Amino acid sequence: MSARFEFDGRAVPFSEGQTVGAALVAAGVRSWRTTRREGRPRGVFCGIGICFDCLVTVDDVPNQRACLVPASSGAIVRSQEGDGRGHLAV
Amino acid sequence: MPTDAADVVVVGAGVVGAATAWYAARSGRSVTVVDRGSVAGGTTGAGEGNILVSDKPPGAELDLARLSSGLWRELAVEVGGFEYDAKGGLVVASTPAGFDTLVSLAASQRDTGVETVVVPAGELAEHEPHLTPSLAGGVLYPGDAQVQPMLAAARLLRAARAKGAQVRTGVEVTGFLRSGGRVTGVRTSAGDLPAGAIVNAAGTWGGEVASLAGVDVPVLPRRGFILVTEPLPRIVRHKVYAAEYVADVASDDADLQTSPVVEGTEAGTILIGASRERVGYDRTLSVRVLRALAAQAVALFPVLAGVQVIRAYRGFRPYCPDHLPVIGPDPRAPGLYHACGHEGAGIGLAAATGRLIAQLIDGEDPDLDVTPYRPERFEA
Amino acid sequence: MATSPYDVAVVGAGPAGLAAAAAALAGGARVALIDAGRQPGGQYWRHRPGDLGAVADLHHDLRTFRSLVDGAAHAVKYFGHHVWTVSGSAADGFAVRSVAGDAEEEVGARSLVLAPGAYDRQVPFRSWDLPGVYTAGGAQALLKGNEVLVGRRVVVGGTGPFLLPVAAGLAARGARVVGVYEANRPAGWARHAGAVARVAAKLTEGAGYAAALARHRVPFHTRRAVVAAHGDDVVGAVTVARLDREWRVVPGSERVVECDAVAVGWGFTPQLELPLALGVATRVDADGSLVVEVDEHQRTSVPGVYVAGEACGVGGAPLAVAEGEIAGTAAAATATGTALAPVPARLRRRRRALRRFAAAMHAVHPVRDGWQTWLGDDTLVCRCEEVTAGEVRAAVDELGATDARTAKLLSRAGMGWCQGRVCGYATACLTASAPGSAPVSALDLQGVSERPIAAPISLGRLAGDAGHNGQQ
Repeated sequence: MSARFEFDGRAVPFSEGQTVGAALVAAGVRSWRTTRREGRPRGVFCGIGICFDCLVTVDDVPNQRACLVPASSGAIVRSQEGDGRGHLAV
Repeated sequence: MPTDAADVVVVGAGVVGAATAWYAARSGRSVTVVDRGSVAGGTTGAGEGNILVSDKPPGAELDLARLSSGLWRELAVEVGGFEYDAKGGLVVASTPAGFDTLVSLAASQRDTGVETVVVPAGELAEHEPHLTPSLAGGVLYPGDAQVQPMLAAARLLRAARAKGAQVRTGVEVTGFLRSGGRVTGVRTSAGDLPAGAIVNAAGTWGGEVASLAGVDVPVLPRRGFILVTEPLPRIVRHKVYAAEYVADVASDDADLQTSPVVEGTEAGTILIGASRERVGYDRTLSVRVLRALAAQAVALFPVLAGVQVIRAYRGFRPYCPDHLPVIGPDPRAPGLYHACGHEGAGIGLAAATGRLIAQLIDGEDPDLDVTPYRPERFEA
Repeated sequence: MATSPYDVAVVGAGPAGLAAAAAALAGGARVALIDAGRQPGGQYWRHRPGDLGAVADLHHDLRTFRSLVDGAAHAVKYFGHHVWTVSGSAADGFAVRSVAGDAEEEVGARSLVLAPGAYDRQVPFRSWDLPGVYTAGGAQALLKGNEVLVGRRVVVGGTGPFLLPVAAGLAARGARVVGVYEANRPAGWARHAGAVARVAAKLTEGAGYAAALARHRVPFHTRRAVVAAHGDDVVGAVTVARLDREWRVVPGSERVVECDAVAVGWGFTPQLELPLALGVATRVDADGSLVVEVDEHQRTSVPGVYVAGEACGVGGAPLAVAEGEIAGTAAAATATGTALAPVPARLRRRRRALRRFAAAMHAVHPVRDGWQTWLGDDTLVCRCEEVTAGEVRAAVDELGATDARTAKLLSRAGMGWCQGRVCGYATACLTASAPGSAPVSALDLQGVSERPIAAPISLGRLAGDAGHNGQQ
């Protein structure tokens, strides 16, 4: 039984050393963010922390690069809309 | 004057040069703008784009700022396309004594026609919900506005071009053409440009351009850094800054001054200033300054602590010893006009500066008495 | 500035950085080795933390990697550290400031070796932002670093020899690589036989991948490119087309190829923000990249600052290792006050041969301006700020931008999260190809490569203690 984290309410398995982004891709999830202006879907592009396309919310911290964040058991990963901080808008 | 001469050559394609070119072209003058760099490549591209009346005590600079903010409102309609935002400014004080000083400054500004609203501590959150609750009070200035400064310069130049102006970037002024005591054009890296009037709108480099004409205009650089955050929803509504900022602007101290200035932009990023240092043209990133800016911004808006900084830039404000710009004809070099030395207020003051210069060149009565800004005022 | 506990700080633990650290240690220096990754190897020897046995077959020359890791064993490692700024001078010492998780670290050193490496260079094409479109390096990183395949039916495209190992790796792990589309015609190799023959090891590596592709029946097409991606929420197909000499699409040659993933790369962009922060002199290399000027000892124009690897010219791992060894040796000598010995003939010869090889590689894998004709006005150039090609062109044609930095600031291309790392090259090319603009210069590229904040840092972290204690 492999380790799992939660993504938008479902369990995503990963193996030791994988990143959140890699585990999502392996689970068939291709996108987990929509852009600020056009709402376009985005996922991993560069895979090495350069492009910031794969931004995701992990344990309530938005705008983390999924391709860099190590997957960890019990983490709560949520897909992200726009800037990921809509709750702060005034 | 040769027949191929322009009426006006403007040296500098920053926002002041652009506004000058626009007003001169609009009044029917043939205009050529030259810049050794690119459009808005100097201080214009390194600021926040403030159009402020709040940070100036009554006097010659406030008069200019009031004229200019009205003109910017018109330009936003007449030219447009540069994210003009009449967001208003909120100045806050952290101590009761500071609040008292701020309120009396506001009262004196109000006497000159500036709109001010005193905001007691308990009502600050209605205006800026994310402000720290520990402040003593503030004053709201609905007349403060913001533009995207590079777009403002580029759009004004484009509008001037549509009226026949020429914009030549990558062309450096190397000297002046003379006829007797009169300045009759500029020598450039791309050949001579004769002109009826030459406008020195070279910003921080205005002193060097003046010296090519044999006159002294004491413009010096005052460095500032700005931090740029990740794109955010609107969490800061106004330009928000601490009351100490007004004192820092007016300070004659060469050492570092920082006071928090925080504002959002249409693009979603928040811009954080403001620092002032006299260190020449040193472009080195100062970690000490960045830390001070970050600490002050977080103190004002605790919510920003977890927000990422993704960029920082520096610029050099062109300042004169008395903190007033240099605007008007130079009696020491007839034919030469100056429009430089606006320190950190160049965007805000650009519209009025351009209009006044265009009026002076046309021989009209200017909207404002330009005596306080006369270039020869520094002569001993 | 704080006293320097280290003689040499090496930034980057890829081939160049590891070699530099090992050489500096051998020279008697106290060495700090700093890298954003959680383990050594950089992009080239990327693997999961721990052993890389599971992906050994995807790697080349692991013997060198293991010996460099051994050689660098006594360096103090700062892994998982994202450097956000470097500052200082040889006289006062250098400071490398990084962010690691929730903490900030400052490492002081007498001299610096910067080995920041490179990432895939990209040119935009229609719908290239669809999920399922990856950089070639991204597909590789998922495979080598995570053992994850980007798709089951993969198209590989772009230009350069790197496409071969990417395609071979995907095929080796069971993906169907439906085609490799190389925009150039590398048959041109024949003309560069002199440079190639000197670098037999390199050639063998390439030949090995070619054999692997043949074994997996992966079709290799030249003078063809992926010019558009298709799909609603995820890529489902691409258009590939034949290109003329200038890379314009040959009319009627377009063909739709179904796939569930695409991997594209057009050479590499060296990461120059840290060297630029220190003010080093730069130049434009044969491949059109901005690179750092270095001398015989890998010294930059700034005393005490050495650069090795892709940042002084893209040339691959063996060249990076040679340069790293030279830089590490020289940095150690400088920091410890020992006389700088001439670079050993062995290393000089190796570096020269590998640089000739790199030059030959760049000569047969240029990026031609014709890619700009593939774009619609609505094709995104800047993925972060969603700025289209039409908007970049408007900044040039209507607003008077004549250089890349001005085009960026007027259009917002390159102003978002990635700070132009992905679109900087394309923006510079689009600006330079407009009438009245000059060709892309070092100054242009510098304008889109300077990033005073080299990695994001939170305001609270930047503020330091003052930021955490609230009102101070």
